[in-house]
Amino acid sequence: MAATVVGDSVAPALGERELAARLGPIVELYRGKQGVAIPLLADIQKEMGYVAREAVEYAGKELSIPAAELFGVATFYAMFRFQPQGKYVVRLCRGTACHVQGSARVQEQLERTLEIHDGETTKDLMFTLQCVACLGCCSLAPVMMVNDDVHGRLTPEKAIQILGDLRNEQ
Amino acid sequence: MSSKMTVTIGLASCGIAAGALPVAQELERLLVGRDDVEIKKVGCIGCCYMEPLIGVIREGKTWTYGRVDLKTLHRIVEEHLNEGRIVEDHLILTEGVEDESRRRAAENPRMEKQVRIVLRNSGLIDPKNIHEYLARDGYRGLTKAVREMTRDDVIKEVLDSGLRGRGGAGFPTGMKWRFARDAKGDLPNAKNPNGTDKYLVCNADEGDPGAFMDRSVLESDPHSVIEGMAIGAYAVGASHGVIYCRAEYPMAIEHIGIALKQAREHGFLGEKILGDENFSFDIYVKEGAGAFVCGEETALIASIEGQRGMPRPRPPFPANSGIWKKPTNINNVETWANVPWILTHGASAFSVYGHGRSKGTKVFALAGKIKKGGLAEVPMGMSLREVIYDIAGGIENDKKFKAVQLGGPSGGCVPEELLDTPVDYESINATGAIMGSGGMVVMDEDTCVVDVARFFLSFVQKESCGKCPFCRIGTRRMLEILERITRGEGALEDLDLLSSLAEQIRDGSLCGLGQTAPNPVLTTLKYFRDEYVAHIVDKKCPAKVCAPLIHYVVDESKCVGCTRCAKDCPVKAISGGLKKPHHIDDETCVRCGLCKKTCPISCIAVA
Ligand SMILES: Cc1cc2nc3c(=O)[nH]c(=O)nc-3n(C[C@H](O)[C@H](O)[C@H](O)COP(=O)(O)O)c2cc1C
Ligand code: SF4
Ligand code: FES
Repeated sequence: MAATVVGDSVAPALGERELAARLGPIVELYRGKQGVAIPLLADIQKEMGYVAREAVEYAGKELSIPAAELFGVATFYAMFRFQPQGKYVVRLCRGTACHVQGSARVQEQLERTLEIHDGETTKDLMFTLQCVACLGCCSLAPVMMVNDDVHGRLTPEKAIQILGDLRNEQ
Repeated sequence: MSSKMTVTIGLASCGIAAGALPVAQELERLLVGRDDVEIKKVGCIGCCYMEPLIGVIREGKTWTYGRVDLKTLHRIVEEHLNEGRIVEDHLILTEGVEDESRRRAAENPRMEKQVRIVLRNSGLIDPKNIHEYLARDGYRGLTKAVREMTRDDVIKEVLDSGLRGRGGAGFPTGMKWRFARDAKGDLPNAKNPNGTDKYLVCNADEGDPGAFMDRSVLESDPHSVIEGMAIGAYAVGASHGVIYCRAEYPMAIEHIGIALKQAREHGFLGEKILGDENFSFDIYVKEGAGAFVCGEETALIASIEGQRGMPRPRPPFPANSGIWKKPTNINNVETWANVPWILTHGASAFSVYGHGRSKGTKVFALAGKIKKGGLAEVPMGMSLREVIYDIAGGIENDKKFKAVQLGGPSGGCVPEELLDTPVDYESINATGAIMGSGGMVVMDEDTCVVDVARFFLSFVQKESCGKCPFCRIGTRRMLEILERITRGEGALEDLDLLSSLAEQIRDGSLCGLGQTAPNPVLTTLKYFRDEYVAHIVDKKCPAKVCAPLIHYVVDESKCVGCTRCAKDCPVKAISGGLKKPHHIDDETCVRCGLCKKTCPISCIAVA
């Protein structure tokens, strides 16, 4: 089970009007349909950047699905996040092939350098670190994905370098 | 040069990860305005470790180049395309070429050992172009089934082929189809007394870390899966299909989407398929959301219905009560991809390959400490040794083989003395591992099997849905014990405790996740007990992996005091000034190993 907690969001609360404007079209997509929780939550996440508490409550009310049920689904799956994400989401593979090829060391080094743990975001909102189960590029292990770019054959130093370069581009 | 050439570039996600995109862009730029050469964007042929790959095809001959960077690409265009001269140092594979270059190509023996049924088109065709699939016998199996065969004929063909599910358990596919066909659907009518309101699912969750064959097939040849499902739908009388694909595979999802649209346009999906009044079937894609347990059939159904993916007890079996309580048949990607070939070539052509009760071929995802990582499809019955040494090229840096991990979190580690085990379901089960979905992670002497067992338990412990106390709490206890052992705080009694917990978790869990979670521990205990004992009694990690049991030390007699290690150390654990011997403070050291890598004269060692 994904160990995620629905905590209070650090983001500013959104007003009813803004919620309606941003989520209205999404809600309409699912009105009257069965089994919509996962795609609905995914769309909310895409729109807001994360599964915002008010957004779930709003959509739940509109579609007559208890918010608790939606949160129940959201917390079950690794894909959903409950806090705003960094500009770059670093998904480090901690699958078997990557583990055998030393991804634990990469994780330690990333955590040390970014001063965050798995699942957290740096204070400057640049990087979010997420350890994932397998990116399906095991023959290039260890692997990480920064937003949509896959980087293979990592070493701790190379991983730091990649993120350093991104930071310097700013 | 007169005759037309084709240049292929592998753009599956493994190719892109290896840097194929800039190569493709440059290729397009270089060939602008040339009508003697055509570019074809293909998927993955399985030589992932050699990517990016470029193929040159001419008059039925193919030359494939590996590790192609921009410079090599320029040479290929200059020398091969323009002057007809082969770029020998990057040539890895040839086909249909009967001259010297054939002998030089490194990958030819590896390919010749394979039998490619599932991967018949992967890396050869453009997955976004249905015409390329059609040109290679695509949709012939479906056409034959619908036009020439009854539903029973189709089921019999699949039964006779001996095809078993490639998703893990190896249940005979034809039998599964028969259950689904015999199940009562909701809408029985005169033409179709069993009813048609049934579901087919393609399980493309591929949750096993270390396995990537399903991704590759969906990215490289999505029509073969769609055609397989359409044949299955005809056989069992299903009208709805779902491909449940993990969201971590965006390219697979994109390619399926394109293929589905094309299949509909060509009348292979939709209403009255191939003109058959009584056969309508369509497929949609459902994205998974990242939970390993969702690969389990009943959890997958719950997830498709939009709930938490929690397994439920069986019966009722999905064949009788699946998605929205309708009869549902679930098969794995690779299973579906075999089906069109079986229909086209016949059951006996398939069952020629095989060993014992395992027929046909199996695709393996080769990863870990091997020279040639990637995908390979081999006839069942080939030995593990042949797969690892002849196909995967043996151990990286010529280190010593320690174990091969098969079947992921449900499987186990097979030691060197069992390397002659043939790859078939029964023989692999006999070792204590399982075939699983075909992930093979090879480990060398630098891998600690106790650490690997701990790794898998931490995986299943995180992924347990939490419904069964034995799975939820029992795996937690096992993990704690293993953590203790890897810290050097274990006791010999712990080994018995692990075995007895393993037994209880296996017997007390509802679904396959819990039932098989102890397997990695049990197999390592069985084959590598010494290593557990070394951790417990000698407080040593023989592979020098478990951080609390290792120390980094400077050979102070050799150290010249270059200060490089001290500069690199992320926690400032290294003291000593310029030209003075350095020293590592063991308390502060986090065992990242950076100093050992940095030291120019290799005077830092792990003790
Ligand atoms: C915890 C768990 C995870 C599973 N994950 C997958 C998976 O990712 N892909 C898959 O095809 N089968 C998976 N399976 C096996 C499926 O439940 C099922 O047996 C299979 O999809 C049936 O297809 P087949 O008969 O073609 O093998 C999993 C089983 C369990 C218990
Ligand atoms: S065995 Fe584990 S994963 Fe399976 S149902 Fe029980 S708790 Fe959930
Ligand atoms: S194990 Fe890391 S990509 Fe598969």
